[in-house]
Amino acid sequence: MTRIRLADVAHARSGDKGDLANVALFAPTDSLYAAFKREVTEERVRQLFGRFVQGRVDRYEVPNVRALNFVLHEALDGGAARSLRSDPLGKSYGSLLLRMEIEVDDAEMDGVTPRRPPR
Amino acid sequence: MRTVRVGAGQGFYGDTPAGALDVARNGDVAYICFDALAELTMAILQKDRMRNPEGGYTRDLPPFMRLLLPVARERGIRLITNAGGMNPAGAAAAVRGVARDLGMHELRVATVSGDDLTSRLDELRDAGAALDHLDTGASINDVRSRVVFAVAYLGARPVVEALRQDADVVVTGRVADASLFVAPMVHELGWAWDDWDRLAAGTVLGHLMECSGQATGGNFSGDWWDVPDLDRVGYPVAEVREDGTALLTKPHGSGGRVSVDTVKEQLLYEVLDPRTYMNPDVVADFTSAKLRDVEPDVVEVSGVSGSARPDALKVIAGYLDGWMGTAMIGYSWPDAEAKARRAAVLIDKLAQRAGLEPLEQLVEVVGVDSLHGDAATRDDQVNEVMLRVAARFQSEEEAARFPRVAMPLALNGPPFIGGSGSPGGPRALLGVWPSLVARELVEPHVTVDVQPAGVTT
Repeated sequence: MTRIRLADVAHARSGDKGDLANVALFAPTDSLYAAFKREVTEERVRQLFGRFVQGRVDRYEVPNVRALNFVLHEALDGGAARSLRSDPLGKSYGSLLLRMEIEVDDAEMDGVTPRRPPR
Repeated sequence: MRTVRVGAGQGFYGDTPAGALDVARNGDVAYICFDALAELTMAILQKDRMRNPEGGYTRDLPPFMRLLLPVARERGIRLITNAGGMNPAGAAAAVRGVARDLGMHELRVATVSGDDLTSRLDELRDAGAALDHLDTGASINDVRSRVVFAVAYLGARPVVEALRQDADVVVTGRVADASLFVAPMVHELGWAWDDWDRLAAGTVLGHLMECSGQATGGNFSGDWWDVPDLDRVGYPVAEVREDGTALLTKPHGSGGRVSVDTVKEQLLYEVLDPRTYMNPDVVADFTSAKLRDVEPDVVEVSGVSGSARPDALKVIAGYLDGWMGTAMIGYSWPDAEAKARRAAVLIDKLAQRAGLEPLEQLVEVVGVDSLHGDAATRDDQVNEVMLRVAARFQSEEEAARFPRVAMPLALNGPPFIGGSGSPGGPRALLGVWPSLVARELVEPHVTVDVQPAGVTT
């Protein structure tokens, strides 16, 4: 088993719809997609987002692009046009989800090159 | 097989016209579609319209048109924009004015309106439209007296009607983002209004293009450091075939990147249930889309399926929900965060002493927890933070006074401060109320009016 941070291997994008936010999480390989489905649960996402998400979290599978789409309810301080937050649109929620650390089998990392951004 | 090339010209109110000009010159397109609207933008435009009844459309529309009309005219490119916002008739009149200035008196400009339900709310309620909140089920009566605008999302049909009437420029209000792009596909490729798979394919393509550079390398979360020349990112261009399959690309020589990786991020942007993406024209299944890298900067989009359009249209209403005042002060190392938190307590007491009563207040320590909240870690002591205290008030006057209560901290608070002051004046806050309305209550009111620029009305 290896502990990895989603930011090292995954892509993500987030956006707003009223007081709902969506965060799409993309896996680089089929085996890591299976690992994401096992590890990145609605409950864990809710915990990670803490006070930002007042309502429930729904998870949708999007296998054609190896993605999980999370819909966060009551997650934008009432919606962008009445929010007091400095990120009223939830644009940074994608990076928040990428903070999550998960356990994967070594074999599930086959063919995955961890992301190496410039320092 | 017949094809049509459609380009994206704008992804939001505030976007640069450079992308649209590049698409017009180097994209080999017959149509450019401009999505200027978002929920937040409707609220901004409504604030403009409340200040000035002639306003309510995006102020960048005339400068965009001044730059684009000459090249569009020369190449026979037709322009479709929802920049009309809360005042499509005023916006179309402004476009005709620009055309006259440029000597284009024959230019045919269409106005698509009927989406604005603001003055029809009581009539709609009497006709049985409950307008309950789409997410919470709450009654609109909770906010009815504070509602300042309401619009329905229209589909592609009135835009197609404008194109049939030979409009060179189509100016709309709240036509759904993707529907702006579906319209030229339907018009050129002859798709039927119950051909759900093709309409769904067009909706997927429109969704991929509506945020301009966000599909071509902008905001890309992968190897963003290797995406070339984002300062002149190419906006999306789709070559759409009669069968609904398409090649998604960008103008030759432009920056950015079109690949399955950059495109798939956009596929799910602002999407809820991907199997049932609701649009006025069709319900599209985003899980059916097949993306394939064909060559560098060309992605094939195929396989999209859809089902019958929803019976109801989505409505967005905005209601007054107070005013926001904001105070900001930077604090330096050492103990930057601790000093910012102490200052927030002092601001709270100063506000009380000044007789200000926030309805709610949010303390963010920018540089520490404003973006990741509870998940933010403190691995090392940060070098600096920006304290930001935003508060909501009943009145504009209180919101304007609020930042001033923090000013004494320039001399009277924790040590080593950075820039301070108020980032802009007080801001009106609008709650957004999504709901549904039956089509037959809206669509008979939708009008398409095509006028040559030379005719002043």
